[in-house]
Amino acid sequence: MTASFDPPLEHAPVSRLNGRTAFIVVMLATLALLPVYTTLTGDSFVMTLFTRVLILALGAVSLNLIMGYGGMVSFGHAAYLGIGGYAVGILAKEGIGSGFVQWPVAIAVSALYALVVGVLSLRTRGVYFIMITLAFAQMIYYVAIGLERYGGDDGLTIYQRSGFGGLIDLNNKTVFYYLCFALLMAGIYLVSRLINSRFGLVIRGTRSNERRMRAIGFPTFRYKLVCFVIAGALCGLAGALLANHTSFISPALMHWTRSGDLIVMVVLGGLGSLFGPLIGAVAFLLLEEVLSRVTEYPDLILGPVLLLVAIYLHGGIEGLLQWRRHD
Amino acid sequence: MLYFIEQCLNGVQLGMLLFLLAAGLTLVFGIMDLVNLAHGSLYMLGAYFAATFAILTGSFVAALVLAVAASLVAGMVLEVVAIRRLYGRSHLDHVLGTFGLLLFFNELVRLIWGPAGMTLPLPPQMLSAVEIIPGIYYPMYRLVIILATVAVAALLYLMVMRTRIGMLIRAGAANREMVAALGVNINLLYTLVFGLGAALAGFAGVMQAPILTVQIGMGENILILAFVVIIIGGIGSIRGAFVASLIVGLIDTLGRAFLPDMLHLALSTNAAATLGPALSSMSIYMLMAAVLIFRPEGLFPAASR
Amino acid sequence: MTSPLLQIDRLTRRFGGVIAADAITLDIPPGEFHAVIGPNGAGKTTLVGLLAGEVAPQEGAIRFERSDITRLPVYRRSRLGLARSFQISSLFSDFTALENVALATQAHRGHSFRFWRDARREAALHKPAQAALARVGLAARAHVRVDRMSHGERRQLEIAMALATTPRMLLLDEPMAGMGPEESAQMVATLRQLKGTMTILLIEHDMDAVFALADRITVLVYGRVIASGRPAAIKADAAVRQAYLGEKESSGHD
Repeated sequence: MTASFDPPLEHAPVSRLNGRTAFIVVMLATLALLPVYTTLTGDSFVMTLFTRVLILALGAVSLNLIMGYGGMVSFGHAAYLGIGGYAVGILAKEGIGSGFVQWPVAIAVSALYALVVGVLSLRTRGVYFIMITLAFAQMIYYVAIGLERYGGDDGLTIYQRSGFGGLIDLNNKTVFYYLCFALLMAGIYLVSRLINSRFGLVIRGTRSNERRMRAIGFPTFRYKLVCFVIAGALCGLAGALLANHTSFISPALMHWTRSGDLIVMVVLGGLGSLFGPLIGAVAFLLLEEVLSRVTEYPDLILGPVLLLVAIYLHGGIEGLLQWRRHD
Repeated sequence: MLYFIEQCLNGVQLGMLLFLLAAGLTLVFGIMDLVNLAHGSLYMLGAYFAATFAILTGSFVAALVLAVAASLVAGMVLEVVAIRRLYGRSHLDHVLGTFGLLLFFNELVRLIWGPAGMTLPLPPQMLSAVEIIPGIYYPMYRLVIILATVAVAALLYLMVMRTRIGMLIRAGAANREMVAALGVNINLLYTLVFGLGAALAGFAGVMQAPILTVQIGMGENILILAFVVIIIGGIGSIRGAFVASLIVGLIDTLGRAFLPDMLHLALSTNAAATLGPALSSMSIYMLMAAVLIFRPEGLFPAASR
Repeated sequence: MTSPLLQIDRLTRRFGGVIAADAITLDIPPGEFHAVIGPNGAGKTTLVGLLAGEVAPQEGAIRFERSDITRLPVYRRSRLGLARSFQISSLFSDFTALENVALATQAHRGHSFRFWRDARREAALHKPAQAALARVGLAARAHVRVDRMSHGERRQLEIAMALATTPRMLLLDEPMAGMGPEESAQMVATLRQLKGTMTILLIEHDMDAVFALADRITVLVYGRVIASGRPAAIKADAAVRQAYLGEKESSGHD
């Protein structure tokens, strides 16, 4: 059995590392002020693109929780994007348009699926775990294709974004953008509290040396399971947001290459760091955008880039920033 | 009844194709400890190579031979250029890197052969149906697939168990440092093993091409099925892969063929119509889940790893 | 007569054709410092695995404080008060010594389904952790990352981890493995301080340490107990001498 990977650096409080802090602050400021830019220039495409970035970043944050901090490499995380999205879509089609119902259902069903998958797969490690999570995501993908009533392979249009009474109007793009931003920040904050709590220390210790954790008396399985469920639930929320954003759901939401994209975002941004997933989401989606404009065959470049990242860029982009600073 | 037997044979056929893929995957994983998501790409390349060679040579057999050879070469080149830099890394790095390769190959195929896919025509001698049991006919080509893949499986077994190279492979799977220390050119061994896996995948790709598909992304779905096979059979075990392949092939095929009808008997038409296709595609994952519950190390787990 | 703290009852484990543990029977009264020795391949590692719960026996039973722990998972045994240290240091290498021991403390202080409060500031975890580090002489190295510690320090940390779980019994697997004379002497001093405060089962190769510390010694050869008794008796035992002298002639390795 091979050893699990280590994130390159121990988690350090943000305030101590100036170069990195500056970068993150600038990035957050840019994201926060983006709607101002788009309102002035009238460029709504940028807002659409970055709304998507924020939503997928939330998904990446949830994956980073189990992968970066927990050492559980899940290749089936897009399943929760799909489940969350389909919860919204199915309820919308059946006449339930209230976000107060749709979103909790999205989170709950995602959590439930994570529970089932987790129970079945978390006793395995390494490659097994990767393959099993991939298989279960594929399973739910096929289930979605088989749901003729909800569009099957063609997908389903959602005619109304989730309604929240008079509280907030998701049809307003700027409002929706800020909602996604707020939820992303909340998600990151949640993770930051989690990882230093007793629970988080158990998770991180388990990634570091599970055998040791058991030897000192921790029933590691149940902690990993809870972590897995939390990550699934958080990603389900991202799925609900995604469905609202595109007003469309289809099995493609949870195609396994989407899971791959999430992994890329997490690794690119730097495993086991708070803002890494956001950095990675920005980097990856921008890269995708740029490549698709530059060439008709973007994956010819993206593919090898990923390979090179895997071979050479161990800490992801965050790692690069660190390296420049402390060595 | 007829239909049942036919579906069973189809299941065996799918199982054998899966076995070729799973065997390659399990060899590479067992010996180089590398998880290769691009394995399906080699399967795809095999099919595309064959379709092209068939156009050039006009002969199915020539296309088959050339395509397998090309797959072997492609595999070895890939190993030398890219794969070997991933050895010893974490599985995450493997996943990331080979995922990149998978995207690359899909795009490359689209560049070279276009997005539309290709066809590989059935060899004319095999267009007929064979009467395997009095009253029961089965397409000859499908029969050929079964026989050919079983033959290859047997050859693989002989090679791994009875030849010197096979012994090196088994030794390498058990203890690669030792094999290297014994002076065996481990780099060459790895390249050959990877090439062998690629050739097996390519062969499977060619064989299924006339009746299934030659298109971009065809490798992914079957790759995941191959993963399911390995999980059920046990990582590192070729025997496990063989048994599991047959089981998975049969259950998937029979599930898709009969489950919707069985559901119609049990549920209302609407429910059955909604759930049928969904459930039948779930059958092998249910099996996998069951194995994970009752026998998590797989049906025939290999010794150490 | 006090009942034994640990009762090993005809414990047997085979691996294929090899009998690694052959009906091992042993009683350890509370407070005793008991050493298990034997030539390489004697089955000491297997015994540790069986006691810790990482290996399941095919026959026999283990009783700890009169309850049967034979089928209990590893973490439950730790919870009951049986702490083990590893022959090859198994620590959290990307954490500091204090963080390592604090985790061990945490495992035995209530549950860890607490998601919000910063556990790094929990005095209830750090104070006992510091105390455990002090007991093994690592107080000054509390904030050093394990992957920057010396081999000897890591072996000491292994002991601290076990101590932090407030055990009733320590199962120490070759704590002196890979140590030079100076470090070994330090370890012996540490162990001597622990002697008497709790029950200790020590697996060791280092004969000086064993004879200096042990109340009783058990000798294991090819998975079987060939002698068990006070150090003086063991030294004089003919079968023991045979086992060790005989072992020097053959190659014999694990």
